[in-house]
Amino acid sequence: MVTKRIIPCLDIRDGRVVKGTNFKGVKDVEDPVALARFYNESGADELVFYDITATYEDRPLFTDVLERVAAEIFIPLTVGGSIRGVGDFDRVLKAGADKVSVNSGAVADRSIIAEAAKKYGDQCVVLSMDVKRVGGKFHIFVKGGREDTGIDALEWAKFGEDNGAGELVVNSIDTDGVKNGFDLEMLSAIAERVHIPIIASGGAGGQEDFLELFKEPGVDAGLAASIFHFKEVQIKDLKAYLIQNGIPMRVV
Amino acid sequence: MIAIIDYGVGNLYSLSSSLSYLGIPCAVTRSAEEIKAADKIILPGVGAFGDAFQKLKDTGLVPVVKEEAANGKPLLGICLGMQLLFEEGFEYGRHEGLGLIPGSVCPLEDDLKAAGLSLKVPHIGWNALDIRKKENPLMRYSKNGDFVYYVHSFYAKYCEESIVATSEYGVNLVGTVARGSVYGCQFHPEKSGEVGLRILRAFSEIA
Repeated sequence: MVTKRIIPCLDIRDGRVVKGTNFKGVKDVEDPVALARFYNESGADELVFYDITATYEDRPLFTDVLERVAAEIFIPLTVGGSIRGVGDFDRVLKAGADKVSVNSGAVADRSIIAEAAKKYGDQCVVLSMDVKRVGGKFHIFVKGGREDTGIDALEWAKFGEDNGAGELVVNSIDTDGVKNGFDLEMLSAIAERVHIPIIASGGAGGQEDFLELFKEPGVDAGLAASIFHFKEVQIKDLKAYLIQNGIPMRVV
Repeated sequence: MIAIIDYGVGNLYSLSSSLSYLGIPCAVTRSAEEIKAADKIILPGVGAFGDAFQKLKDTGLVPVVKEEAANGKPLLGICLGMQLLFEEGFEYGRHEGLGLIPGSVCPLEDDLKAAGLSLKVPHIGWNALDIRKKENPLMRYSKNGDFVYYVHSFYAKYCEESIVATSEYGVNLVGTVARGSVYGCQFHPEKSGEVGLRILRAFSEIA
């Protein structure tokens, strides 16, 4: 039985981790390698790194971070943020990423998904989507959730699958940051439409939220940032709690 | 020294860095001389069966790999690299493989559908190993229930005698195979945390 996955997400700017200032037990919380090491030892099933570096010139700092993490952490590593074309796929894959998550870059140029899938394989391409309710429908938003593209999220998920995306990250803008649970309604609507793994994001506030999430059969993984960074939820405890409640989990 | 065959399919960074992390000398190479001089060979790979086998053929290394395997040099195929060890694969038509292990590589989806299961394909994620041959040297440091990371849509069949370990995903999937000095892992040991590193270490220690 394949297990459900818990995935912490680290935002990296200019080679350092953003957020996580309350973190205890790790000496340098801004050091991506130290934090990645901690999550790996805690039982994280994958790690996601978002590159929020502002300028093109500073990108090598991010690539350097990836190389250092990939040299000692041997679980799947996904990279997102600033992915605009196949050239960006190449850059981060060579630095040690296993999967690349493309979001607004795919909205701007839809051919990226198919092009990357053909070149690197479906397993490498993750379509990440920021979704918000508009007039009773789910719409794809870009520019950090500020701009409505008018694209129907269910159609977009299907388009991604048909063009070779191997996984979907579904981030609900409506529940993001609210910490009152994942957007189960949105997730199940998308899960009904596609047959590739779905990673849920946005809304995790506590252990119970993950249990509710994994009761939805179409969801394969839960992604979160701040609740892990601020140790409001410890991955070890979370997994023990989920196993106790009958959810299959990998233990380390 | 372990030669990791570079034939243009997939990312070899994690594989070479996991061996380096373990202190095992390795070289990513497509040189026949270097492969012949190595103690052991790893055949990695991601992508589609036919395309990958063609690329391996294009490097001219197919006879080298077959000859080294016939001489008893330990060979480990990983993911698609494991699939290529078999006689044939059925991804986008029938394609010939290296034929080092009897068996065929078949679509997982067909068998799941036939069994009335709606499990997702590709099979992506962590799954537990059920070790059938505990005495196999590749499994020296592994135990039942160890979790390994899989990403694949096709799987090995008709290879009953060579099965070392399986994982359950609606059907019993081949996780590890061995025939003489030829070994294969469908999962990615270089992405399976400590559990995977132990399998790579076991391979490096095979005499």
